[in-house]
Amino acid sequence: MSDIIKTDALIVGAGPVGLFAVFELGLLDIKAHVLDILPMAGGQCAELYPEKPIYDIPGFPTITGQGLVDNLMKQIEPFHPTFHFNEMVASVEPIGTPEAPAFRVTTDNEQVFETRVLVIAAGGGSFQPKKPPIAGIDAYEGTSVFYAVRKMENFRGRRVLVVGGGDSALDWALNLQKVAERVTLMHRRDAFRAAPHSVNAMRELVAAKQMDFVLGQVTGLTGEGDHLSGAIVRGEDGMTFDLPCNALLPFFGLTMKLGPIADWGLNLHENLISVDTEKFETNEPGIFAVGDINTYPGKLKLILSGFHEVALAAQRAHRYIYPDKKLLFQYTTSSSSLQKKLGVS
Amino acid sequence: MVQIIFIDSTGQSRSVEGDEGATVMETALKNSVPGIEAECGGACACATCHVYVDESWAARLPEAQPMEEDMLDFAFDVRPTSRLSCQIRVSGAIDGLVVHTPERQG
Repeated sequence: MSDIIKTDALIVGAGPVGLFAVFELGLLDIKAHVLDILPMAGGQCAELYPEKPIYDIPGFPTITGQGLVDNLMKQIEPFHPTFHFNEMVASVEPIGTPEAPAFRVTTDNEQVFETRVLVIAAGGGSFQPKKPPIAGIDAYEGTSVFYAVRKMENFRGRRVLVVGGGDSALDWALNLQKVAERVTLMHRRDAFRAAPHSVNAMRELVAAKQMDFVLGQVTGLTGEGDHLSGAIVRGEDGMTFDLPCNALLPFFGLTMKLGPIADWGLNLHENLISVDTEKFETNEPGIFAVGDINTYPGKLKLILSGFHEVALAAQRAHRYIYPDKKLLFQYTTSSSSLQKKLGVS
Repeated sequence: MVQIIFIDSTGQSRSVEGDEGATVMETALKNSVPGIEAECGGACACATCHVYVDESWAARLPEAQPMEEDMLDFAFDVRPTSRLSCQIRVSGAIDGLVVHTPERQG
C-alpha cells in the first residue's frame, strides 16, 4: 500500500471526456489525477476503435479515435495530470460536508486518494475481460481459471489451456510454455490476429512437440470443487472430446461493466448516473458524472456532449475548492492569465 | 422495406422491417429486438451483435471480411453460420433473412 495521494480532483476514466476534464479543471487551477483500468489513455477511442474515423468532433471533419486521444493528451500537457493506469476504484467514502465535500477513494490496488471532488467519466463502465458463458466457470475462477496472468510462478508444473487467437493468448502461451508442464493453445480457427512473429514461434514449438495446438472451442469444464481437471471441447468436426488441464486462461477480449460504481450510493437510472444539467453533479455533492456514463433528459451519448458537460462541472468544482475566489469567465483567446496557465503567453 | 426475422435462443420469433442501407444490427436495436447488445455501436470492435444466420440463408449472404472473422474470435460458441450483424447490410437481396440470436453475447 502506498501513501495517501491528496488531490483537488480525481477523474475516473481516461477516455476523451475524462481527458478534457483535465483541461477544463486545469484552466480553473484545479489539479487532477486520472485513473483508468486500461493500461493507456483513450478509453473506448483507444481500445475499441483507434483506427476508425470519427466525423462529429467540432473542428475536425474527420479524425481517428487514436488521433483524437493523441490531440487531447497534447492539449492537457500544460496541466501535468498524473495518470494511474491498470487501476479501478474499489470504494468511495465521503469525508467532507455537502458545502465542503471531500472523498477518500480506494482503488483495487489499495491506493488511497483524498480528493475534494470526484469526476466520474467512466463511459460504458470499466473494461473487463469477457467471461466465456461456460456453465460452472465461476467456481474455478482465481484457482484454476484466470483472465490475466499476475504471476507466472502460479503456473509452474501445471497443464495450462490457453484459449484465443490474439496477442494476449499467444504471448501467454509462449511465456507459460517455459514454466508449465504442458501448454495447449486452443483457437476456433487456424488463423490468428496475434503478431506474426508470435504465431511463428508458437508453430515452431508445436512442430517440436513442446506445445499443443488444438482447433476447437471449450463448451464445458470438469473438476472438483475449485480444482479444474479438464475441459470439454468441441472440435472442428463438431465432435466433443475431453482435454485434461488444471489451469485455463480464456482470452476473449474486453467488455464494459459498470462495476463497483453501482455501490457508491449514487442515483442510477438503467445503469447510468443521474445528474442535473447545470453542473452535471450527482445526488452526492462533489461527485460529478460526465460523458456516456451519465443521464439526464435529452442526453446524447456524444463525445461533444461530454466536452460541454466537463466545462460546466468544472465551474461548480471551482466553487467547492476555492469557495472564497470569485470565478471570472474568461476566453483562452484573450485572457493573459489563462494563456499563462497554458504556457502560451 | 425489407423484412428481417430474429429468432431468440428460446425459439421466439420477431419479424421487423429494416431500412435499405442500414445494418441488421441497427435494425435490431431500432426495433428493440433483444439479444443484440452492440456494445461498440457498430465499429466491428466488440462481437456483441453475434448472430447465427439461418442455414437456409447462410450461402446467400456476402462472405465475412477478414476484420469480421477476426472479431468473431471474441464471440462465444462460434459456428460456421456465425456472423456479426453490424456487418450485414439490409437490401432487397436479403428480404426475409432469418437470423438466430445466441443465448448470451458474452
